Amino acid sequence: MIFIAAVFLPLLGSIIAGLFGRQIGDRGAQIVTCALLGVSAILAVFIFNDVALEGHNALVPVAAWIQSGNLDVAWSLRFDTLTAVMTVVVTWVSFMVHIYSVGYMSHDPSVPRFMSYLSLFTFAMLMLVSADNLVQLFFGWEGVGVASYLLIGFWYERPSACAAAIKAFLVNRVGDLGFALGIFGCYVLFGSVQMDTIFHDAPGKAAVILHLFGFDWNAITIICLLLFIGAMGKSAQLGLHTWLPDAMEGPTPVSALIHAATMVTAGVFMVARMSPLFELSDTALTVVTLVGAATAFFAATIGCVQNDIKRVIAYSTCSQLGYMFFAIGVSAYQAAIFHLFTHAFFKALLFLGAGSVIHAMSDEQDIRRMGGIWRHIKVTWILMWIGSLALAGIPFFAGYYSKDTILEAAWASGSDVGHLAYVMGVAAAFMTAFYSWRLLILVFHGRPRADDRVMAHVHESPAVMILPLLVLAAGAVAAGWAGEDLFVGEGRAEFWRAAIGVLPHHGAMENLHAIPEWVGLLPLGMALSGIALAYGLYVFAPGVPALLAGWFRPVYLFMLNKWYFDELYDWLFVRPAFRLGIGLWRGGDGALIDGVGPDGVAAATRFLARRVARAQSGYVYHYAFAMLLGVAAFVSWHVFNAG
Amino acid sequence: MISDLVPLFPEILLALTAMVLLVGGVFHSRDVTREATVLAILAMLGALVLIVVLGPDRREAFSHLVVVDSFSSFIKTLILLASIGAAAMSVGFLEREKIARFEFPVVLLFATIGMMMMVSANDFLSLYVGLEMQSLSLYVLASFHRDSTRATEAGLKYFMLGALASGLLLYGISLVYGFAGTTGFNGLAAVLGQSGHPGLGVVVGMVFVIAGLAFKISAVPFHMWTPDVYEGSPTPVTAFFAAGPKIAALGLITRVLAGPFAGLSGQWAQVILVISVASMAVGAFAAIHQTNIKRMMAYSSIGHVGFALVGLAAANGLGLQAVLVYVGIYLFMTLGVFSVILSMRFRGRMVEGIHDLAGLSKTHPAMAFVMAAMMFAMAGVPPMMAGFWSKVYVFMAAVKSGLWTLAILGVLASVVSAFYYLRVVKVMYFDEPVEPFDKPERPMRLVMAVTTVVVLAISILPGPLLTGAEAAARALLP
Repeated sequence: MIFIAAVFLPLLGSIIAGLFGRQIGDRGAQIVTCALLGVSAILAVFIFNDVALEGHNALVPVAAWIQSGNLDVAWSLRFDTLTAVMTVVVTWVSFMVHIYSVGYMSHDPSVPRFMSYLSLFTFAMLMLVSADNLVQLFFGWEGVGVASYLLIGFWYERPSACAAAIKAFLVNRVGDLGFALGIFGCYVLFGSVQMDTIFHDAPGKAAVILHLFGFDWNAITIICLLLFIGAMGKSAQLGLHTWLPDAMEGPTPVSALIHAATMVTAGVFMVARMSPLFELSDTALTVVTLVGAATAFFAATIGCVQNDIKRVIAYSTCSQLGYMFFAIGVSAYQAAIFHLFTHAFFKALLFLGAGSVIHAMSDEQDIRRMGGIWRHIKVTWILMWIGSLALAGIPFFAGYYSKDTILEAAWASGSDVGHLAYVMGVAAAFMTAFYSWRLLILVFHGRPRADDRVMAHVHESPAVMILPLLVLAAGAVAAGWAGEDLFVGEGRAEFWRAAIGVLPHHGAMENLHAIPEWVGLLPLGMALSGIALAYGLYVFAPGVPALLAGWFRPVYLFMLNKWYFDELYDWLFVRPAFRLGIGLWRGGDGALIDGVGPDGVAAATRFLARRVARAQSGYVYHYAFAMLLGVAAFVSWHVFNAG
Repeated sequence: MISDLVPLFPEILLALTAMVLLVGGVFHSRDVTREATVLAILAMLGALVLIVVLGPDRREAFSHLVVVDSFSSFIKTLILLASIGAAAMSVGFLEREKIARFEFPVVLLFATIGMMMMVSANDFLSLYVGLEMQSLSLYVLASFHRDSTRATEAGLKYFMLGALASGLLLYGISLVYGFAGTTGFNGLAAVLGQSGHPGLGVVVGMVFVIAGLAFKISAVPFHMWTPDVYEGSPTPVTAFFAAGPKIAALGLITRVLAGPFAGLSGQWAQVILVISVASMAVGAFAAIHQTNIKRMMAYSSIGHVGFALVGLAAANGLGLQAVLVYVGIYLFMTLGVFSVILSMRFRGRMVEGIHDLAGLSKTHPAMAFVMAAMMFAMAGVPPMMAGFWSKVYVFMAAVKSGLWTLAILGVLASVVSAFYYLRVVKVMYFDEPVEPFDKPERPMRLVMAVTTVVVLAISILPGPLLTGAEAAARALLP
């Protein structure tokens, strides 16, 4: 019962706030959604205790859904350790964001709609993580996609927000196509979309060969790669990442909840959930590693030069997701989920902190026009420091434990790709520290660069916004050492049980302690040097960054313009699609279908009508002539036919 | 001798009434149109009762010159209803136009008798007599407003072209007589029913007969008088033209082709098919540009004749039934539309423009509803299923005879014609009202109510009409 309640209470809140928002008012909508989600969050703690710590997996049937031939899809909630972890993360971060939104969105004219969307998202996300078959997972997957679309475009009167929402939806569609094909593939191969069936039958089908496009493919590899394309779309991996920075057009709480802490990790979750399948395909795992490592590195380089406070954090998110994926690629699923867990806290903290800064700076988002405000908003300042320390992986903050585990696991995997991922990950760690402190210094320290009017107005956010930040900060400080033992330490086998399947010869997690000492210390050293470099460039020699940008102008522009991915896609896909669309519209629909069809027929009808009406001359001899002509024609017809 | 008279009691009743009214009217110095009309209507109601009392059995009289069977009873019922409706709607109009003469109901009665004679004809001679009696009465009615040039022009045109049509018909009859040796339908059916190729002379004669009758039903290319006469005649006369004579002539052509010429169905079906397609096309296209609603209804009636002839072209039992169903529904739709047209009156002045209906839904919601219902029915668009059923039946009959092309052309024509019907609805419901019409007179309201109820009833329960039409059609089949 508590399982169903935990999942469906947010839906109830969403329906109430969405349909009856006008009746219950802003305050009512806030209270209803926060209260119902609060209950759900508390239930999540019980669920975590029951399922993850005490080891009682649960399978809760809800209703029948599709029964057609041998396709049997039911609504049912599957709770194991993986789901329990995700449930806690989703409900608590969402709960904090709900409360934060009460303050942040207080001046918005459509508060009930916003709260309704947030709760709807939470429901869809819970549906996603508790799915026990792929179709239900897909339902949740698309549900969060819809909620994300609605929330990015929440301020729909802004053209940029609408464009960003559409972009997010379309780019995700590319990934979803892969995901859907992957599900079809599973059904073809296993005759079922039930996860238990798939995992049970998978080892027996490891060698099945598929003939496709004239080549032989390993069926499991194909399915895994298709599923991974879906994960790439949702988790903004290199190639399908372009929507995530634009998604920052949505309100900041949305960025924190959906585009940092929860939804974008759905891809990581899904691949981890399908671990028994991915384990069977080394090719797929290699691809996952490479894509993840490349994303971690690539996004970090862009993060170093962005000037919009939210975009810096957005690229940081992209980069951290890359870490999670290459951890999965080296079969360190536990480390990936551990990082997902800690990342949710400190990234939500950073985003909400950024929201607090933006709030204080009268909606200014450009860090070049900030600076020196730490004195005015001390609480936010401290919280942002905590978040950055956690993100950079400074010891005893959350990120230190999870990120180090990932990097060590990458090395410990012993493979070439693993080592490559390690190198890229360490480089990304250096840049992560650099851009985090660049952001901190430019925003809070130095001389104020905003005008006096804005500076006079700088103020700390209300308690309703600070309180959630404190909770998240506690998570950012404590989640690492509290969870290390369970997630990736000695207790992990008992903690995860069957939720994650790893083949014995993929020993990244087992070999963690058998690696050289420098492997574990190098990331920390790089992080510290990154911080030092940021201090060097932005505190002690503030003129140097501009000089560097001038000297290495092509490189700088390349990074500033996000490696020209948007331009490339624009040229490669968007413009041809537009051209094709315009061609089909003007030529196909307008000229051909309308021209020959409705318009043409109508014109022909009018023409005929005019001609027929003109035959009516009014002269009796015309009429008589027509009659005689008719008789003559009929008689001739019969005479010729008879003859 | 008496037994010869029994089957014709309805016609005799009407004839006696007409002559009494004629004599009585002459002896009254004041205008007695209203009283004469009431009496005429009562006589026609009496004729209806007599038809029911006589029953559906086939009786022949006067040496097989006339026949009364369920087919003639069915058509006569429709004719009488059309005449009653036209008579009821005429009085107010005539008085307002200051052309109220007691001769109007009398001539109307003679026309009705002529039509009833036509459909009871069992010989080309009795056919011709009935047809001419009807036609001569109609010429008079068309130019009843003798001070109006439009009305006299209409009457004159109708007369001249009607004379030509009669000439064609008579020439055809003489050819048939010359090659078959008889004018009686029974004898012709026997002679022409024999196997072997029919003589070319008979076929040519039949084509002339068809041409003469096609003029009466205003089928293309013998239709060209229709718009001018419909527009020029006084509106109650137009209503009568559109309903009574058209149905009578359709009944007549059906009987002639399915009776004496049944053996030549291979030949006449070709002619009817061409006439049918041409009528549907002209009815659909020519009406689009009309601004005068009477003229539009003229083309609409041409189109409807085309649809009805689809059933005849099918030349099977289902087709005959479909024709009868079609004319039955057509009668009520036409009367309903003309009851509205006759109520288009601003401060006592009649108007005929389609645009005058603008905003009728706001000024006279009930009238607009009646008109919209009739327009939907004529277009054959649900929810007014009546017109839909009638089209379904004729197309079904055509398909059953393998005339797919004809059915498809018919459907396309009905699509085009839907445009001008729906335009009337659009004008009534979406255009801004100019000035409200005067309140409709009581007879108009009565006709509106009755026709709407009947059309709605047929929409929901087409059963009784279908069985009636089936019984009538069976009388024509051997």
